Parts: sequence; structure tokens; C-alpha cells
Amino acid sequence: MSGFKPRDWSSHAPYIAPDYKSTILRGPTKPLMSLSGGISEASGPVFARAAVRDLDWDLTRNGRVNGEPIGERIVVHGKVMDGDGRPVPHTLIEVWQANAAGRYVHKVDQHDAPLDPNFRGSGRCMSDENGNYVFYTIKPGAYPWGNHFNAWRPNHIHLSLFGPGFATRLVTQMYFPGDPLLALDPIFLGTPDEAARNRLISKFSIDKTEEGFALGYQFDIVLRGRLATPMED
Amino acid sequence: MTYGETPSQTVGPYFAYGLTPGQYGYDFSDIANHIVAGPDAKGEHIRIIGQVLDGEGMPVSDAMIEIWQADHEGVYRTEPVSIENAGFRGLGRCGTGTDAQNRFVFETIKPGCVVDATAPFINVTVFMRGMLVHAFTRLYFDDEAAANARCPVLQSVPADRRDTLIAKRADTATGPEYCFDIHMQGNRETVFFDV
Ligand SMILES: [Fe+2]
Repeated sequence: MSGFKPRDWSSHAPYIAPDYKSTILRGPTKPLMSLSGGISEASGPVFARAAVRDLDWDLTRNGRVNGEPIGERIVVHGKVMDGDGRPVPHTLIEVWQANAAGRYVHKVDQHDAPLDPNFRGSGRCMSDENGNYVFYTIKPGAYPWGNHFNAWRPNHIHLSLFGPGFATRLVTQMYFPGDPLLALDPIFLGTPDEAARNRLISKFSIDKTEEGFALGYQFDIVLRGRLATPMED
Repeated sequence: MTYGETPSQTVGPYFAYGLTPGQYGYDFSDIANHIVAGPDAKGEHIRIIGQVLDGEGMPVSDAMIEIWQADHEGVYRTEPVSIENAGFRGLGRCGTGTDAQNRFVFETIKPGCVVDATAPFINVTVFMRGMLVHAFTRLYFDDEAAANARCPVLQSVPADRRDTLIAKRADTATGPEYCFDIHMQGNRETVFFDV
């Protein structure tokens, strides 16, 4: 089991990003200590296919009570790969999001927008042997948050991935192309490198769009790669 | 051809119905919970309890902690993780929003020492609103003083910060309990690692 390449910090946000106010008291302030990769960082949990149940990958159906959820149906396709373009197979992807009105099922979400009795907004899927994944959902709405006056989060879906090792763990958010709120969002802008943060924006795909049913988006996810070993060519 | 990493983003305040639904009472299955080792697991059964504290020393009520550890013989699980497993699972997940004191609590076993280390430890990952990138740390045990003294990772940490990585044991009526508070900032700021 070989270790993973170090995290590429140029692709990530600093812990303290003052425009995103709650980072100020919550981000570590002292430099991280280095930990040369051992088996503890290279190992990580794996999940059986059975961890993804029947409708887990279809958020348009997994929260139904008495009808269909309201909103624009979308299908999200993507490939999970490492920095060398190698597919990351059989990795668990957990997703959660607001409904079409921008309201989360979460009990502490006080946003004055309607809950949808037929939409929970959480699910999961697993990448296949080629790293490809797919899930169906409703396009999430924007919602206000208290960071600053008139602060609104752009439409986004939260994703959580394990990858092949403890070191490859990633929690991220997928955004939508052309969203005017992106240029104003301290969370999206928390990643200082423009090219890096643009990797968080999915691409509309007419090829993945399903005739008469759902708009298609492509969101590829790049995890850290493995260190090359001298035996590898 | 190389590809840049997908940036990390915050888990936000509303992760519970996606990541820790059972703990928070949402109608969705769990892939992991606070039980890292079920009753059938071999080894010394212990509890790990702690708070996540912000820069003003206030407990954080919307953090999520994950732990990943070796079994009692120091071996990481390579078989799939399942919450139906009544034995050793290896992975634990707990939010800080359901306890009155915003503690996380894990039921587990004390791990054995893994082959490339000299002291037993547990890998800990911290996620929360207000962190755009999760933070990695390690939990060592205060009743392993001799092994800890030989541990190159602990010894690489400045002596006055080493304590932040060491959980304190208390033997209670319901079994051994280790306290491990995570200080995000301040003069007791926990040591975090660039894993
Ligand atoms: Fe969100």
C-alpha cells in the first residue's frame, strides 16, 4: 500500500478566510505539523455496494410521501479520479442539499421558505469500476445566510467522499454554471485560486440530459493521487 | 496529463440528515455512527468523549467528528464497514449537536499498535461550519506513557503542545472513558497534521 501525494494547498482554502466570518474563531491558527505517510493515512474505510440502498441515488424518489417533489429534475454524472487521471472505483459518495425553494430539512434551518413533504434532500451513490457515478435530484434553490447583509448561498449540492485512503477524504460542494451568486459567495471564493475554485462548478451537458425528464450536469471530482513507487513505470 | 484537486468546502451547518441521520432522528439509513466497535469486538472496550471548542472556548454545536482506527491487534479493517456489524467496524462518526453539552461520544475498543508506529493511536478528522478544509489530528492514550515517549510523531511535536494529543483516562462505573477535547484555537490549540 503506497501513500498519497501531499495535499496541494494551492487548490484549497486557508483555514482562516475572514470574509467567511465563522472561520475566524474556528480555523486552526498554528501551522500544521507534517506527518509522513504511513499505513494509517494510506488505509481507509471501504463500503460494500449494499451500503447504497434501493433509492438512495435518486433524491427525486427517496423522500416521497404522497407525490413528487417540486422543482427542476436534474441528473448529475461525474467521474471520481486522482490527480493522474486514474479512476477511483467503488468509492462512496454522500450527498445532501436544500430543496427547490432553498430550504433544508434540517431542524435548525429557520429560512422562511417551504419544506417539500416529498423531498428529504439526502442520498448516496457509489462510483463504478471506472470511477463513474450518477444520482438524480431536484435542482436546489439559493438560500440566505447570516454571514453579511443580503448574503445568499449560490445553488449547491454538498458531497462527501472517502476515496481510497484516510488521507483522500473530501467534503466539497458542487455549484451550477452561470450562477450570479458565485462571484459574491465567501465560501466559493474562499478558495483563492480561480482555476481551482472553478473546478467546483459543474458543466451543463445536453448529452447527459434525459429527453422529457431531467437536465444533465457533469461534475468530475479529483482526489489526491498516490505517490509513485520506484517499481512503477 | 495531471488534474488539479477538487477544492474542499465546508460541511456547513446542515449535514446531519445526510451524514448522521440516525443520531439526529432523520428517516435515512446510516453508513457509520458512534459505535466503532460493537459488543462482539475483541479488545478493551472504552468510551471516548470530548468537546470541540472554538477560539473563545465555546463548545461547537455543529461539528462532526470521524474516527478511523485499527483493531485490538493494530490492524486496519480492509473488509467493508457496516453498521450491522456487531464486532469491530473501525470507522466512527458523531455530530456534536445532540448532546446537552455538545460532546461527541464514541463506543470503541483501545486499538493495538500498528506495525509502523510505536504507540497506539486513533485517527481523528474534524469537520464543521466555518472550516473550509477538514482538520486531521491523532488521539493518543495517557496510560501509554512509555510507548508515547518512544513515538516519533509525538516527539516531533513541541513538548508544550504534546498534551493536546493525549486523551485522559478515567475509570467509571460504566467502564473506561477517555476525555479528548479538541481546541481549534488558543493557547491549548490542538496539534493538527498535514496528512
Ligand atoms: Fe448548503
